[in-house]
Amino acid sequence: MNNFPILTFLTFLPILGMVIVLMLPKKQELSIKITTLLITGIQIILSIFLLMGYNFSAGGINDPSSFQFVEKFRWIDITGFAWIGKIKIDYFLGVDGLSTPLVLLTAIVVFIATISSWSIDKSVKGYFAMFLLLDTGMMGTFVALDFFLFYIFWELMLLPMYFLIGIWGGPRREYAAIKFFLYTLFGSIFILLVMIGLYFSSMETLADGTRVFTFNMLEMMNPANYTANGILSPLNPNNLRLIAYIALFAGFAIKIPMFPFHTWLPDAHVEAPTAISVILAGVLLKMGTYGILRVCYPVFPEITYQLAWWIALFGMINIIYGALTAMAQKDFKKLIAYSSVSHMGFVLLGMAGLNTIGISGAILQMFNHGTITAMLFLIVGVIYDRAHIRDLDAFGGLGKQMPIYTGFVTVAFFAAIGLPGLSGFISEALVFLGGFGSDTTRIFAVISTLGILLGATYMLWTMQRVYLGSLNEKWKELKDLTAREYFMLVPLTVIVIFLGVYPSPMLDLMNASVNAMVKFITDAQGVYSAFNSF
Amino acid sequence: MTESVLINLSNAILFLPVLGFVVTLLLGKKIKSIYLFEVFILTIVLLASIVLAFGKLSYFPDDKITAEFEWFRLTDTFAIKLGFLIDNITVLMLFVVALISGLVHYFSIAYMKGDERYNRYFAYLGLFTFSMNGIVLTHSIIMMYMFWELVGLSSYLLIGFWFEKKSAADAGKKAFLVNRIGDTGMLIGILILYLTYHTFSFDQIFASISAGVLPFNSDFWLSVTGVLLFMGAIGKSAQFPLHVWLPDAMEGPTPVSALIHAATMVAAGVYLTIRIFGLLTADAMMFIAIIGMLSAFIPATIALTQNDIKKVLAYSTVSQLGYMVMALGVGAYKFAFFHLVTHAFFKACLFLGSGSVIHAMHHEQDIRNMGGLRKKMPLTYATFLISSLAVSGIPLTSGFLSKDGILASTFAFGSLTGYWIFAVVGLLVAMLTAFYMFRLVVITFHGEPRDHHKFEHAHESPFVMTMPLTVLAILSIFIFYTPNPVSAEQGWFLTKWIDSPEVHTPNSTRFDFMQSNIVEQASLSGHGEIMYSEQYTEAMHSAHYPAMFLSLFFAVLGILTAFTFYQWKKVNVDKLVASVKPLYNFSLNKWFFDEFYQKTFVAGLFGLSKIMYWFDSKIVDGIVNGSATVTHALSIFMGGFDKYVVDGLVNFMAYLSGFFGLLFRRVQTGKVQTYIVLVIFSIIIFFFFL
Repeated sequence: MNNFPILTFLTFLPILGMVIVLMLPKKQELSIKITTLLITGIQIILSIFLLMGYNFSAGGINDPSSFQFVEKFRWIDITGFAWIGKIKIDYFLGVDGLSTPLVLLTAIVVFIATISSWSIDKSVKGYFAMFLLLDTGMMGTFVALDFFLFYIFWELMLLPMYFLIGIWGGPRREYAAIKFFLYTLFGSIFILLVMIGLYFSSMETLADGTRVFTFNMLEMMNPANYTANGILSPLNPNNLRLIAYIALFAGFAIKIPMFPFHTWLPDAHVEAPTAISVILAGVLLKMGTYGILRVCYPVFPEITYQLAWWIALFGMINIIYGALTAMAQKDFKKLIAYSSVSHMGFVLLGMAGLNTIGISGAILQMFNHGTITAMLFLIVGVIYDRAHIRDLDAFGGLGKQMPIYTGFVTVAFFAAIGLPGLSGFISEALVFLGGFGSDTTRIFAVISTLGILLGATYMLWTMQRVYLGSLNEKWKELKDLTAREYFMLVPLTVIVIFLGVYPSPMLDLMNASVNAMVKFITDAQGVYSAFNSF
Repeated sequence: MTESVLINLSNAILFLPVLGFVVTLLLGKKIKSIYLFEVFILTIVLLASIVLAFGKLSYFPDDKITAEFEWFRLTDTFAIKLGFLIDNITVLMLFVVALISGLVHYFSIAYMKGDERYNRYFAYLGLFTFSMNGIVLTHSIIMMYMFWELVGLSSYLLIGFWFEKKSAADAGKKAFLVNRIGDTGMLIGILILYLTYHTFSFDQIFASISAGVLPFNSDFWLSVTGVLLFMGAIGKSAQFPLHVWLPDAMEGPTPVSALIHAATMVAAGVYLTIRIFGLLTADAMMFIAIIGMLSAFIPATIALTQNDIKKVLAYSTVSQLGYMVMALGVGAYKFAFFHLVTHAFFKACLFLGSGSVIHAMHHEQDIRNMGGLRKKMPLTYATFLISSLAVSGIPLTSGFLSKDGILASTFAFGSLTGYWIFAVVGLLVAMLTAFYMFRLVVITFHGEPRDHHKFEHAHESPFVMTMPLTVLAILSIFIFYTPNPVSAEQGWFLTKWIDSPEVHTPNSTRFDFMQSNIVEQASLSGHGEIMYSEQYTEAMHSAHYPAMFLSLFFAVLGILTAFTFYQWKKVNVDKLVASVKPLYNFSLNKWFFDEFYQKTFVAGLFGLSKIMYWFDSKIVDGIVNGSATVTHALSIFMGGFDKYVVDGLVNFMAYLSGFFGLLFRRVQTGKVQTYIVLVIFSIIIFFFFL
C-alpha cells in the first residue's frame, strides 16, 4: 500500500473515466452515467484509504518530509535553454492537514454531483466528459505541491467549467460562462506572473550540488533559498513582495469570491445546472482560500502579518455585505449564491486571526460550507426540477405538501444559520474565537457577529416564504423526494450532523498542520525582519 | 448514593429525551401511537429528576459536583470541554423542568388529539426538554450558549407548529430572530471571557476573577462583559426592549406556551443570570435591575386591556420575569430563584388552565366570548383561581412568599442605596397584577355566559388534562416551601435548598452592602461566599413587615377593583375607558412597540439590503460589465487601428520599399563599367568630404 501512488490515482482516475466515456457510443447514456458514478465512487474509496493511512501527527506545510503520500519525480528537465539555463520541474504531489479535508470534500461533493447529474439529458457524453475533466482539475489543485503543476491544474478546471455552464446552463448561460471564464482567467494572470517572479527568485539545490531555479512551493517557503537579487527575494532591498502578494491574493480572491470580485458568482450559479452549482459552491470556491493558505501564507509570511488587518476587513465585508445582499434576492438560487459570499467571509476572517483557533475554524468552515451549501443547492434543485421556477415569492406552504423534503431543508437552513449541533456552528464559533483572539482582527470579529443575526434573518425569511404558510394551490401536485434525491441529501445530512456533534476527527485531521503553519509563519517573522535590516 | 450515581442520572435526564425525539420523529409516520414512547421517556426522566433532586439535597446538600470531558482540543491551551455542574439550583431547576414537561406531555395527549402532526408535536417536546436540560446542567458558558440556541430552535418549531397559519409562522420567525439579537451580545461576552480567562467553565472563570484577573484589566470591561452576557437573558426571558416576541409566541399550541413560554425556557434567562451572578459588578447589577423594573412595569400595563386569554397571561409572564430579573439586580439572589420556581408552577397551571378553557370552548380565546364557565368547569376554575391568587401574592400561596421576598429586597435596597424606585414600581406592579388577573378570572369564569352556543358545548376536560392542573395548583401552596405561611426566610427552601450566591468581583466594584466584612477570609477562600453586610441583614429584616403589608394591601386593592369593575359592575367600565381613551389605546396597542420596531429596524434593514443589492448589481457589477464594454470597444478600436494604422504602416513600408526598389533598379544595370564609374565617383566624394 505504501508504494501505491494513491494521489495520482485520485487525480487521474477521472481522466481515465473521461477516455472511457468518450469511447462509449453516444446513445449509451446510462453506461456513461454509470461509468462516471463508478469513477467517482472509487474516488471516495480511495480517499477513505487515504484517511486510513494518514498520519495525524505529521505537519506538512513547509516541511517536505512530513507531507504524506508524496510522489515526486522529475517531470520536465531541460538542460541549457537559451539564457534561462536549466529548467527542472517536478511532478510533486503530497497531502497534509490543509489539503486532506479538501480532497475528502471534493470526493464527496463530486460523487453527489454525479447523482445529481442523472437528470441531464442534453448531450450526455460531452457533459460527463467535461465533468470528469473538471474533477481531475480540482483534485490536482489540492494535491499539487509544485507551483507549476498547481497552476496547470488550476487552469485545467477553467475550460470544462466554462463549457458546463455555457452549454448546459440556463437562459443567460453564455453571458454567465464568459463572465466566469474571463474573471477567473484575469485572476490566473496574476497568479502566473507571481509564479514566474517567484521562480526567478528562488533556487533549490539538486542532489549533485548544483543550484537551479525552482517551482517547488516548499522550496519557495524556505527563506534560505532566495537569490540575492530576485525581484521577489526578501534579500533584495527593492523587492516587490508586497505587490506580488497583493496580486497573488487578488488572483485567489476572485475564486473565493471576495468582495468586490464576487459578481461572477451569482450569475454563474443562477445559470449553472444544479450539479455544477453544487461543485462550484462546494469545491471551487475553496480553491481561493486554499490557495491563500497554501501559497500566500507560507511563501510570504511577513506580508501576511502586515496585511492581516486587511484580510479580516474584507472577511467582515463579505460576511455583512453578502448577507445584506442575500436578503434582497427574489431568486432562490441567487440567494444561496450570496449566502456563499457571506459564509466564505468567515473563512477569510478566521485565517486573518493567524492563530491556531482561527485557521482551524477557517479550514473547517471550508469543509462545512462545502457540504452545507451543496445541500442548499440540491434543495433549490429539487423544487426547480418540479416547478421550473425559483421565484421565492411563488411558493408557500411546501412544508405541508413535501414534509420529508422540508425536513432536510430545515437541517440545511439551520446548519447555515450556525445552529449548535450542526457542523456550521463549530467552524463559525472557532472563527469568532480566533478572530477575536488577535489584536489586529478583534474589531472585525465583533462586527461580524452581526452576520449570524443577518444570516438567520434571510434564511428564516426564505423558510417562511417557501415552506411555511398556506399551500399555493398551484403546487398541489408536487411530489416529495425521490429515491435519487434521498441518496444525495442523506449522506450530506449525516456529515453535517456528525461533524456538529463530534467535530474531533476533522479537527484532528488538520490540527498538526495548522499548528505547524502557525508556528512557521510566526517564527518566520524573525527571519524576515532580519532581512529587512540589511 | 455516590456522586457518580448523580452524574449518571444527569446523563440519563439529559440524553433520554434525545432518544424520544429521534425515535418519535423518524417513526412518527409509520407508527400511530409512537407518541406514547415519548411520554414514557418523559415519565422516566421525571422520576430520574426526582431521585436526583432527592439524592443531591439529602446526601450532598453543600457540594458542587462537576464532571466534564474534552470535546475537542486544538492546542495545549485551547480545548472545549463539555460537562455538568450539579448544585442544588441545578437539581431543583431540573425537577421543575422535568415535572412541567411531563405534565405538559400528559396534558397534550388530550389537547392535541386529532392533530395531523400529532407525533411530530411530541417529538419536538422531546427536543425541547433535551435542550432545556442542557442549559440547566451545564458547567460552562459555551455549552450553555449551544443549548441556548437549541431551545431557540425548539421554540421556533413549536411556535410555528401550525405553520399553515401565517401568523404562527411569523411568530416563530420573530421569536428566533429577536432572540438572536440578544444572543449576539451574549456571544461577544463569551468571546471576551475566553480571551481573558482561556476557559469557558464558570468555576474557573470565577476563580480567576477572585484572583484579580479582569477583562482588559479594567472594572469597566468586567461590567460590560456582565451586561453583554445578560443580553442573552434579555432575549430569552423576553425582557424590555426585546419582549415583543413572547406575546406573539402564543400562536403555538397552548401546552407549549405553558411549558416553554411561561415556566421553563423563558426562565432560562433568569437562570443564566443566576449562573453568572458571581461576575456581576454593581454597575452591571444596576443595569439588570433597571431592565427588570421596566420589564415588570410595561407588560403589566399592557395586560390590563388585552382580551385574548393567552395574551394576558403572556404579558403577565414577562412582568413576573421582570420581577425575577429586578430581584437579581438588587442582589436578592435567593428570592429570584425562589420566584422562578413558584412562578413556574402557578404560571404553567394558569396556561394549562387557559388551555383547558380553550379546548372546552372549541378554540375560542377571546374572553369577551366567555363567562360563567365556573359552573361547567369546576376543577379548571378552582385550579385557575388558586394560581391567580398565587400570582397576585395572596397569603398561603407560594407566590406570596416569593414576591414578598423580592419586594422586601427592593425595600432594603432602597434604604441602603437610596434608589427607592424599584420598591415603588414593585408595589405598583403587584397591584396591576392582582387587577388584571382577577379581571381575567371574573370575565372568564364568573357572570353569565356571553356566547351561549359555545357555552352549551363547554365541558370539563378529561382526567389527563385536569390531573396536571391539580398537581400544579397544589404546588402553588406554601407548605411545600416553608412551614411558616407568611415568611419563607426560615423555610427549608431558602435555608437548605438554595445555595448561597457567590460573588467574585473585586470589592471596589460591588455594592457597599455586598462587601465582604472579613477581608482575609474572602481572599483565602478564593471562591468566597457573598458576605452581605450586617446593614443589609438589618435592612432586610426591617423591610420584611412593611413590604409584606404594603404588597398585601395593594394586591387586595387590585383584586377588589377588579371585582368592582367586572363582577359587581359598580363602575361603568366603558365610560371609564372612554374617559382615558388615549391611555387605553396606548395599552391596548402594546405601547406601539411592534409598530415602532417595524418602522425603524425592520424597515431599515430591508431598505439597507435593497440599497446593498442595488449597489451590487449597478455599481460593483456595473464596473465589471463596464470594463468589459470598454475592453470590447477598445478591441474594436484596436481592430481598426490594426487594420488601418499598423497594417497600413506595414503596407506603406512595403510600398516604400517597392518604390525604392524601383528607383534603385535603374542603377543596377548589370554593366561592370557603370559599377566601376560609380565606385570611383563614390571614393572621390568620400575623400573629398573627409
